[in-house]
Amino acid sequence: MWDYAKLIMLASVGLLAAIAANYAHDLPYMVNAIEVAIAAAITFIYVLRQVGEDKTTDAGEYMDDVIRAGVIATAFWGVVGFLVGVVIAFQLAFPSLNLGNVTDGILNFGRLRPLHTSAVIFAFGGNALIMSSFYVVQRTSAARLWGGNLAWFVFWGWQLVIVLAASSYVLGGTEGKEYAEPVWYIDIWLTVVWVAYLAVFVGTLVKRREPHIYVANWFYLGMIVTVAMLHLVNNAAVPVSMLSSLSVSVYSGVQDAMVQWWYGHNAVGFFLTAGFLGMMYYFVPKQVERPVYSYKLSIIHFWALIFLYIWAGPHHLHYTALPDWASTLGMVFSVMLWMPSWGGMINGLMTLSGAWDKLRTDPVVRMMVIAIGFYGMSTFEGPVMSIKAVNSLSHYTDWTIGHVHSGALGWNGMITFSVLYFLTPRLWNREGLYSLKLVSWHFWLATIGIVLYAASMWVSGIMEGLMWREVDANGFLVNAFADTVAAKFPMYVVRGLGGVMYLTGGIIMVYNLWMTVNAQPQRAAAYAGVPAE
Amino acid sequence: MELYTFLRELADSWVLLALTLFFLGMMVWVFRPGSKLIQQDAADVIFRNDKKPGPVPAGSVPGPSKEA
Repeated sequence: MWDYAKLIMLASVGLLAAIAANYAHDLPYMVNAIEVAIAAAITFIYVLRQVGEDKTTDAGEYMDDVIRAGVIATAFWGVVGFLVGVVIAFQLAFPSLNLGNVTDGILNFGRLRPLHTSAVIFAFGGNALIMSSFYVVQRTSAARLWGGNLAWFVFWGWQLVIVLAASSYVLGGTEGKEYAEPVWYIDIWLTVVWVAYLAVFVGTLVKRREPHIYVANWFYLGMIVTVAMLHLVNNAAVPVSMLSSLSVSVYSGVQDAMVQWWYGHNAVGFFLTAGFLGMMYYFVPKQVERPVYSYKLSIIHFWALIFLYIWAGPHHLHYTALPDWASTLGMVFSVMLWMPSWGGMINGLMTLSGAWDKLRTDPVVRMMVIAIGFYGMSTFEGPVMSIKAVNSLSHYTDWTIGHVHSGALGWNGMITFSVLYFLTPRLWNREGLYSLKLVSWHFWLATIGIVLYAASMWVSGIMEGLMWREVDANGFLVNAFADTVAAKFPMYVVRGLGGVMYLTGGIIMVYNLWMTVNAQPQRAAAYAGVPAE
Repeated sequence: MELYTFLRELADSWVLLALTLFFLGMMVWVFRPGSKLIQQDAADVIFRNDKKPGPVPAGSVPGPSKEA
């Protein structure tokens, strides 16, 4: 019965999308509508072929197939996102790479930049969060994922969000809000998928067979709930037409800016910090085979982080039309955030106490440790940059870009790589990784790449900050904007090379994971593989 | 009173107090007597049930479940 309801629903969605494509007012809307129609058609055929089949599953097994798909998606989108990043880095160094005359602006920096940020944050990071949270919540709750195939809906729904957003960006669809670029109908679809994600996660927690809710799940749940709130508030907008990708934000002026950076900073704080701390609190203790250093500290870490982070957004709007008290508030909370951040870093690092020797023998542990190290470094740099006096130099410069990337490449990237290395042999039931030597290669390429990236952006950022404010004896500005652009060229090339090294490391990882699945022997019996569903 | 003024007053007084007390209360609660054993048990959760879910609790229907 449910199958027939699904078929009717998919057929109507496909039909409506086709009609919408026909009457579309703009190109991104039309292409998105065609994509929705195709996705509905594929799902329709898939459901149709399964009508009436026995879909019983074994509650005595974990649902790991959706996590395997998540591992593949994470690795794939990671490499895609890094590649686009390298392309736009070289576009900044060599503007002719924009290919403006050939592609009619489709591959311009301005179109590819949101593609890069969304690909690495939401496609790579988002898949990593969804897949790892499904793994962690099952193991720590001792229960199979709640909701049956709802987890698969979350997985495929999320991939659809990514594809719709990516194709919309290059064709010019955007809401013009950083990290919230997807246009209104993609925002609605994202909300549906995210609510389903929340339901699967909470449903599994509810039917847990452990008395405790392990601390990693607190961080994951904090991330899911807060991101839902941020997304809904910041994307409140009125569409211009049901057949257009354009919409008008319900806020305007400085309120709009404040809501955007409340969203923007907490996207960093909850999506890229709280969620990934959930990974840290599960996978680091697992890999070193000892419980977390201090469970007390982890609870305090959680509450302090979520109590403080939510107020830090105004530091993105120092010296603007924002009231002074608001930007001071943002600055003070940003500086206070240093404490929970370093508390968490210490907790992660000290989990290795008594097992420090693993740093020498296990490159995956090394990756985790450098990830936590970068977490500590970027959460130290961030509060410093939020101080108004420092911000007057650093804001609008490449220093900010360097800071973001030491957090994103160092913390989010490295912890995700280590999780992929942890999960692949376990999920495919293989006898360890294909090559630890290649993990070491990945580790060093990525680390040196980040160092090149961060160092060149420090130099470039401080240099342009100083050049912008330089005045002569008569009070005239010494440098034109174009002078700073010319002066930054060598640093841009070094940054691009750092990106190439990071991308190369990612490709080596994909090869290593591929060979782990295809060339490594099965793990000896005792644990029969999870049956295909 | 205007809605903004009311909310602003509320945020600066009672809500601020409530949030601060909750935060401090949490710190005290974490260090309550007897918490150590519970927290140790929670920290060890990750080393249990690695391969298969825990036993189905008594009272619920055993065996495969039908999923849509």
